Amino acid sequence: MADTSPQPSRSRDLDKLLLRPGNLVGPRFEPGPETRDDLQAYARVLVVGAGGLGCELLKDLALTGFRNLDVIDMDRIEVTNLNRQFLFRLEDVGKPKAEVAAKRVMERISGVNIVPHFCRIEDKDISFYNDFNIIALGLDSIEARSYINGVACSFLEYDSYNNPREETIKPMVDGGTEGFKGHARVILPGITPCFECTIWLFPPQVKFPLCTLAETPRTAAHCIEYAHLIKWNEVHGGTAFDPDDPEHMKWVYNEALKRAELFGIPGVTYSLTQGVVKNIIPAIASTNAIISAACALETLKIATECSKTLSNYLSYNGTQGVHTKVTEFERDKDCLVCGPGVLIEVEPSVTLQKFIYLLEEHPKLWLSRASVSHQGKNLYLQAPTVLEEMTRSNLSQTLFNLMGKVTRDIVHVNGTATKNDQKISCMRKLLVVFKGTDGVADMDTAGGA
Amino acid sequence: MIKLFKVKEKQRELAENASGGAPIKKQTAGELRLHKDISELNLPKSCAMHFPNGKDDLMNFEVSIRPDEGYYMGGTFLFSFQVSPIYPHEAPKVKCKTKVYHPNIDLEGNVCLNILREDWKPVLNINTVIYGLYHLFTEPNYEDPLNHDAAAVLRENPKLFESNVRRAMAGGYVGQIFFPRCM
Ligand SMILES: [Zn+2]
Repeated sequence: MADTSPQPSRSRDLDKLLLRPGNLVGPRFEPGPETRDDLQAYARVLVVGAGGLGCELLKDLALTGFRNLDVIDMDRIEVTNLNRQFLFRLEDVGKPKAEVAAKRVMERISGVNIVPHFCRIEDKDISFYNDFNIIALGLDSIEARSYINGVACSFLEYDSYNNPREETIKPMVDGGTEGFKGHARVILPGITPCFECTIWLFPPQVKFPLCTLAETPRTAAHCIEYAHLIKWNEVHGGTAFDPDDPEHMKWVYNEALKRAELFGIPGVTYSLTQGVVKNIIPAIASTNAIISAACALETLKIATECSKTLSNYLSYNGTQGVHTKVTEFERDKDCLVCGPGVLIEVEPSVTLQKFIYLLEEHPKLWLSRASVSHQGKNLYLQAPTVLEEMTRSNLSQTLFNLMGKVTRDIVHVNGTATKNDQKISCMRKLLVVFKGTDGVADMDTAGGA
Repeated sequence: MIKLFKVKEKQRELAENASGGAPIKKQTAGELRLHKDISELNLPKSCAMHFPNGKDDLMNFEVSIRPDEGYYMGGTFLFSFQVSPIYPHEAPKVKCKTKVYHPNIDLEGNVCLNILREDWKPVLNINTVIYGLYHLFTEPNYEDPLNHDAAAVLRENPKLFESNVRRAMAGGYVGQIFFPRCM
């Protein structure tokens, strides 16, 4: 093997992966110090979340050779985090997680630069996310995952053969844990299923019937939910319950205790109250460590192609013994978030009314009675009457104007499609390109009238 | 992909000055699905919708129900709907804004309807929920009580229940509790 004057230092183990050829490498992998140096110089990774998974991820990525990291988290450190969020100390309680986590990792691992962002993920505009090569998710909520997924998929563009354009793919590596169970997955929008393609993977939340809570509580959780969902409103009327306010949580706990006593139900504790109200399942430090390790490894593989990436979902279960399994989930071809959308080319002079008519005639759609929305604006709704009336005046305007004179953009439509003489209601994603403007696509591939 | 990152980094440096467009509001998957639900609504005449925040906020709306049969005929009952960005993975949050004497709706507006909680499924939609709410007025049931007293009266003395409902809807007291007029 060629002598590459090895540094005896931190990158020794990494070098074994990056400096040598192998059988399992990706087709474009080029072993050598340049790959390692490029990893350090050019790979920019955003870690979303600086909690149990986020702390592990930051440490793992930094030790894996990534040097340009950002971390975003809106939470402050709480005492109960300290058992597993190992970058934090008692004196850090009350400080922003992102800031402390970034500082601690930089103190320990030289050469790493971590930029913290103490804010909500929604506070950053879309271009912020586009600056990263890979987004690593260490989150515990479906909402937040769904949001980041939507952002990452919004960068995705397809060529005229409906193949994703590689330079627009924003890879995501997603980790999640619940107690002894966890998952790690690789999302390459346009190639592997996005979060929305497989949202059914997340089990629905357990919701107790309200009348059970009100009339026939049987468990400690019933008592807590009674205090949280029914008693709180009865007493506090206008004030919304805030799960992050310790005073509110204390109040719910005390009410739950009273109710439990009344019905002779044992087991209401403050931590159970927090758990039930915030829907938290106890976190196990080791599960976080295992899942984060898998995620950091996948991030390295995506960046360097030193090995094939996970395809595409790893589940881990440490409840009884250890069980791991990799499942290759499939994309939803018509996914409204990561799918290509149907290309439609129209003249800038086309009115919304005419556009809706064109959808009816379009051979890939045959969509009648369409309602149309663009970037959160409802351009036209067929029903109910009140909304139809509010949007009716748009019908006579040009679509080009209604879309803010962009040359091309995604619009979403829904209506009734006719398939094999059967009418089915459906939602579709369309890529509208205005002819004769700058953003015109390949004319030959226009899909219709 | 590292080569690609390198290219992108160069482009980024070049584009640094060029960009600066207005941030775009992201439409969530929940909004898209709700858009479909709403544009396909097929409501009976007895139900009407209101969008207090205008046509671009569908995630918060109100539905008024005016039963045309049963104990509650002639009353108008207003419900607020709050829809999550991960709808339909999660059921809409529904509250009754009209104070009503009803076994399955408490005085704070909590509604005991199975499809809003334990029996919610992503295949259900806003139309199903509105029909479910309508159904609560045509067939109130004492087996899932949220208002314990009203449920007991309905079970034991339907005639008295009927007159209590009429009194409450006309604006008046049932026991110690005052109900504003809603007809
Ligand atoms: Zn998808």
